Order: sequence, then structure tokens, then C-alpha cells
Amino acid sequence: MMDKRTEDTLLEVEGLRIEAASQTDVRSVLVDDVSFALKRGEVLGLIGESGAGKSTIGLSSMHYTRPGCAITAGRIIFNGRDIREITETEERSLRGVKIAYVAQSAAASFNPALTIGRQVCEVVVRHKLMSKAAAKARAVDLFRSLDLPNPETFGQRYPHQVSGGQLQRAMAAMAMIAEPELLVFDEPTTALDVTTQVEVLAAFRALVRERGTAALYITHDLAVVAQIADRIMVLRHGKMVEVGSAETILHAPQDDYTKRLVAERNAAVAEYFVATSKGDDTTVLCMDGLVASYRGLPRVIDNVSMELTRGDTLAVVGESGSGKSTLARVIVGLLPRESGKLVFQGKELSAALAQRSREELRRIQMIYQNPDIALNPKQTLLEIIGRPIEFYLGKPKKEIKERVLELLRQIELPESFITRRPPELSGGQKQRVCIARALAAQPDAIICDEVTSALDPLVAEDILKLLRRLQEKYGLAYLFITHDLGTVRRIANKVAIMRKGQVLAYGETADVFSPPYHPYTGLLLSSVPEMRSEWLDEVLYKRQVSVASVVSS
Amino acid sequence: MRLFRQKMPFKALIGLLIVIISISGAMFAPILAPYPEADVLGRAWAAPSAGHWLGLDNLGRDVLSRLLYGARLSIGLSLLITALSFTIGVFTGFSAAVLGKTIDMILSRAVDLLLSMPALIFAMVVLSVLGTDLAVLIVTIAILDATRIFRVSRSLAMNIATLDFVEAARLRGEGLWWILRREILPNALAPLVAEFGLRFCFTFLFISALSFLGLGIQPPNADWGSMVKDYSAMIMLGVPTVFYPAGAIATLTIGINLLVDWLVSTSAAKH
Repeated sequence: MMDKRTEDTLLEVEGLRIEAASQTDVRSVLVDDVSFALKRGEVLGLIGESGAGKSTIGLSSMHYTRPGCAITAGRIIFNGRDIREITETEERSLRGVKIAYVAQSAAASFNPALTIGRQVCEVVVRHKLMSKAAAKARAVDLFRSLDLPNPETFGQRYPHQVSGGQLQRAMAAMAMIAEPELLVFDEPTTALDVTTQVEVLAAFRALVRERGTAALYITHDLAVVAQIADRIMVLRHGKMVEVGSAETILHAPQDDYTKRLVAERNAAVAEYFVATSKGDDTTVLCMDGLVASYRGLPRVIDNVSMELTRGDTLAVVGESGSGKSTLARVIVGLLPRESGKLVFQGKELSAALAQRSREELRRIQMIYQNPDIALNPKQTLLEIIGRPIEFYLGKPKKEIKERVLELLRQIELPESFITRRPPELSGGQKQRVCIARALAAQPDAIICDEVTSALDPLVAEDILKLLRRLQEKYGLAYLFITHDLGTVRRIANKVAIMRKGQVLAYGETADVFSPPYHPYTGLLLSSVPEMRSEWLDEVLYKRQVSVASVVSS
Repeated sequence: MRLFRQKMPFKALIGLLIVIISISGAMFAPILAPYPEADVLGRAWAAPSAGHWLGLDNLGRDVLSRLLYGARLSIGLSLLITALSFTIGVFTGFSAAVLGKTIDMILSRAVDLLLSMPALIFAMVVLSVLGTDLAVLIVTIAILDATRIFRVSRSLAMNIATLDFVEAARLRGEGLWWILRREILPNALAPLVAEFGLRFCFTFLFISALSFLGLGIQPPNADWGSMVKDYSAMIMLGVPTVFYPAGAIATLTIGINLLVDWLVSTSAAKH
């Protein structure tokens, strides 16, 4: 006799509570009172910011917790059995076989020394579920349905020989090989470029639908989850905020937090920055035919020309490998240019950092992508923000402290933070400190290298607002390097689109993004996920028609 | 008990106790020692008595006094040499990591050259050519030891130098000294302190080994290594005196290791 529940319910989680023993011996609750049920063939999206407990819940469905954490209450019923009560042997036959996991970074999850095929087949061969030959045939079959190139020979390649998007799909094949009943996707497309994300997402969706596998899809991007999930659960600080069908959550959210998330995501797609012209055309930085490469390798920056005027925000957009971050390194002199001109306020800058004057260095500041490593963890905020003031402006100690306090007010942090060190701050607060450090030098131009991509959407939104406010106040010029078109539209009045070291399109934001645009611009624009569930189908349809011309160019 | 805001486990406490006893023995040797270290007080190999707790040695000197004075030379010298080798090793190691490929290449190959020869044999050659002067001994061992510290600090600094805050300091136009001292050193301190403890042990044993071979500290000055050498022959005749200096070396080495194990594990936990 089967329990009534088990007929269509695959996974049922009740009152789940997961705690971590922190260094101070005080137990902190990571997940608190979370309950949900997953039917066979259903996809449940888990949405939330970092620290919301999404991944912890995903892993707990396999009865796994990260070291130092433990499930302290609740039931996890899989196929009618509480997996908290099964033996270790049973658990081993469950993991990878009945429940499989797709991690965020395939590059970090594959063993670089073994072929992809061997790693994909490992689970079924080790569990003796299949012969090697049968496993190989199944793998080829999966490679084919995941749209991987040359499915017959794909398994013979090593992880470094395939692209990031292909490796991510290979990881899905690894998860699917034992035909699990439940798949856990943990941010599987977050590390990919937008254009690649579309393909991978489409492959995942086809796979899940074709085989009727139930899945937990963990992501922070509402638009991504809209394409694949039947139902969505919104999490915050380890607690459930809202659960409902994808339609309800995306179009009629009830909770305030969900509403804010949805509004932010809508703004990213719809809103265009209205260029507030300062009536000031002073050129701050002028690049003319810049060329650079790393030691005899092909050019990373190839004949790049653009201009930055006072009060401008020039966004440099491109996917990984487009040379956009290298451009920043060339401008600041970390990578000396090979040819071309770099004129800063009417004066040509030396190619190498060492030959530039202190005054030139002061006027161009930089803010980094990852605030966790951009600040020395052993220094206080007074030392971090005060150092540029001391170094460039040579102010006495008392004046430095006053100035640091003033900067803290401007970046909206309490004055008491002056004695804190970076590990005591949150990600968004750290990025604010980076901004303050750049401002402390009283620069004319700030290079922002992916400054919001490591932050949660709502935090990133606040950082962008802060940057805009500071720009209006000081007439700063920003060179904004990003891969996120949503950010570009909201902050930049000018944009340059880069691919393989070259500028494909350059001009006022509205012009570059209005048709007729460069085909690659079109591809980028169409790849930004929208919160309509039919978006992916539309894109895929359009791609079949037009993508060939872009890829071949 | 807490050190560096961490609770100390039992083993580390024992280590700390041993180290404190040894160091205070060395520091207060003139007060604690019942006799001067080089005075002949009676018959050679006299058995322990109320006047001489650990007996007399091969020349009739008080063993306890020599042990206390020996601690001064053995521990003080190791401390001096380790500090010197760390100064050299950390500075060159950090510089190699920060200053780019050419300088890294020159320094690293020079270190490889020194490392390619067994340290003890190399030290013996240098000491027998230049004489067993204390200054020569200190500089020789410090330089030999610095090669190991160079390796450690270079790899530590390599990891730290790739972080953006170091790049931010370079973009600001900071000089080498600032980057080494303010950006890199504070972040490498925990593993370096642990390394200091380990190196101190090795230096200590190294000096003992050299003294045992007659190339280290010269008589009549007492040190634990040469005491082991002088007394070891008598073990055949049932005189246990050799166990006192040998036991002192072993105990202090174990004590320092216990302390260092704990330092390494706490610094590893932080990273």
C-alpha cells in the first residue's frame, strides 16, 4: 500500500531548520521553518539574495549540509521516506542516482585531468547500474539532447578544451545519466555570458520537460527562473517570503519584498537613462587607436577609440574575453599600450604606470568588481579612505579624519564605522567604502570595473543610485565596464560595445540600442532575459532565423 | 587562557608552559644557577647530591648551572638567528613576489643554488674555512635559513599580491616599502608567526648539531648541543648525565612544536 501523498508528490519538506555553529560558538540559523512540496515533473524555482539559504535548502534535499552546518529540525520526505532517517548505504544509493546536483561553476566541479566522458559516466559505472558501453551510449544520447557539438566524440575531450557553456551542459549530462527523479540546479547559468545563458537555459528546459524530471532551480534572477519554473518560492534570510505559481509571483506578487525584487528586475529591462547633459563638453579622457596585448599573444585591445567628457558615463559592454577589463588596465597603465594615444585633459599619458606623475594617478581612480578583495582586511576604514588623502593631498592627521567622516556620510555609512575593518562589513557596504576611497583622491574620472556584478540586485541598485548622485555633485566622468545591459541602460549616456578587442558600436546609449543596430548588439539585447515566461521561446525562434549571420561574422 | 583572541587548547598550554620555563631559566640563569658555568668544583662525574642536584660533568663542573647557562646561549642564539633569517627571507621573498619576473628569477635561482647543497654540510664548510667565530656562525645559519623563509614568504606574497587591494595601492603610486609593510605583511603575519616557531626549533637543533660536531659554540661556554657531545661517551659506563641536556633539547622542541601546531591550525582556520 502506497501512501496517498507519494503518488504524485516526489519531495516534501516540512519545517526544515538548518543551523551553523559559528566561530563564536553561537548557533546561527541559516534556514528556518521552510516547507514545500514538489510534484513529479514539476520545477520549483528558489529565489533570493546571497545568504537567503537557497543553496542550503537545495543541498539539504539530498540530506547534505556544508561542513559545520546541520539539519536540526524538520522532515525531508523523498518518495515517501524521510531521508533523515535512512542509513548511510541507502543515502549513498540515493545521491547522484535518484537525486542529482548541478553546481554553479562547472569549471571548478570537473577534474581537469580526466576526460568529460569518463566523468559523466562515473556515477552509473561506480554504482554498477550500467556497463561502461551502455553508459557511454547514454552519455552520447544526452550530449545530443543538450545540443552539444559532435556528441559522438564530445566525451573524449578534456574540460579545458570546451567552452564554459558547453561544460555547464556537460555537467547537466553528468547529473542526468542515472535518470534521477530530482535534479537540483544551483545557479547553473550565473557564471555564463548572456548569449551563452540563453542556449544553456534552453537545453536545461528541454531536458527537464522531455524526461519529466522534477527539479529545484536555484537562482537570484527572476527572469531566468520565469523561463523554467512552474512554481516559485521567494526566500529571505533563510525564511520563506512567498510561494506561488510562477505567474502569480512574477505578475501579482503579494509580499513587499517580492514586489521590490520584481520592480527592480522590470526596471532593468524597461528603463532608459535620460541623459542629463551638463552643458560641459570638456574632454577628460580621449583614447585614439589603442592597441595592447599580453606578451606576444594576439591583440586583446585592437584599435580602440573613444572619448569621455566631464559628467559623462561611458559604458563599455561586452562578454567575457571581449577585452573590456583589459581596456581598463591599459588606461591606468598596468598593461602598457603598444600604440595609440591616450590623452588625459589635454596631456598625453605615459604608457606605463611607473612613469606617470602622482597628480596624474590621483585624477584617475578605479573601483573593482569584487569588494571583498579590493580592500585590505587588516586596515580600518580610516586607514583605507584616509590613505589617498594623506598620499596625494598631504593633509595633517586631524584634517584627514574629518574628511574621512565626511566621505562616510556621503556614502551613507554611519560615522562609527571609521574604526571598523572590511570583514565586519557587508558586500554592499564594502563597495561603498571602495567608492569613498576613490572619491578621497578627488579624481576627475573613475573607472568602474563591473562594480555591481558581485552584489545582490537590490544592493546593486543602491550602489548605482549613489554613483549617479555623486556624479551630479562632483561632475565626475565614469568609464563603466559591465556585461549587464540592464545596468548600462540605467546609468550610461554613452555606450561602446566590444567584442574580441574591437569596438563594434559606439555612441549615445539611445542611438546604439535603437534599430538599426549592429547585429551583435541585437544579439546581446535579445539575450537579456525578460520576466515573461514565453520570452525564451521567442528568442529561440528569432535566433534560428538570424543568429547564423552574427556567429559567422 | 586566550592568545590572539583564541581559546587555547590543553596541548598548546603545555607547550606554552615549557617555553616559558625554558626562557625564564635562560633569562635568570645568573640568579638561579648555584655555581658559575666554567668553575671546576670537584671530582669528574660525581653523582647527584644535595650540593649538586644533577651531579658534576667530565671536568667536574656543576651540570645544573651549565644547563641554565647553556639555555641562554642555545635559546638566545636561536632567537637571534631566526629573527635575522626572517628579516632577510621575508623581505627578499616579498620583493620577489611583487617586483616582477626578472627580479623574482634572479632571487629564486640564487636561493635554489643555496638550497641545492645540504645545509649542515654547507655550514660545516663555511665554518671550517672562516673559523668558528660566533658572528660567522650567526650569519651563516641565518642566511641558510633565510632560503627556506624566502620560499614560504614568496608564495604567501604571490597569493596576496594578486588581490585587488594590492593593485589599488600600486595604482595609487605607493612605493615598494609601503606595499610590503602595509598591504602584504599584515595579511601574511599569521602563517609567518607559525613558521617562526617551526624555524626556531630547527635553528635550535641545527646549532646543537654543529656544537656536537665541534663547529658551533666553543668551550668553555656551555650550550646544550656541546654538552650532549661532551657527556655522550659516558653513557657506556652508566653515567646518565647526558640525558639532562638531551632531555632539555627534546622537551623544548616538543614544547615549541605544540605551540606552533596550535598557531598553524588557528591561522589555517582564519584563511
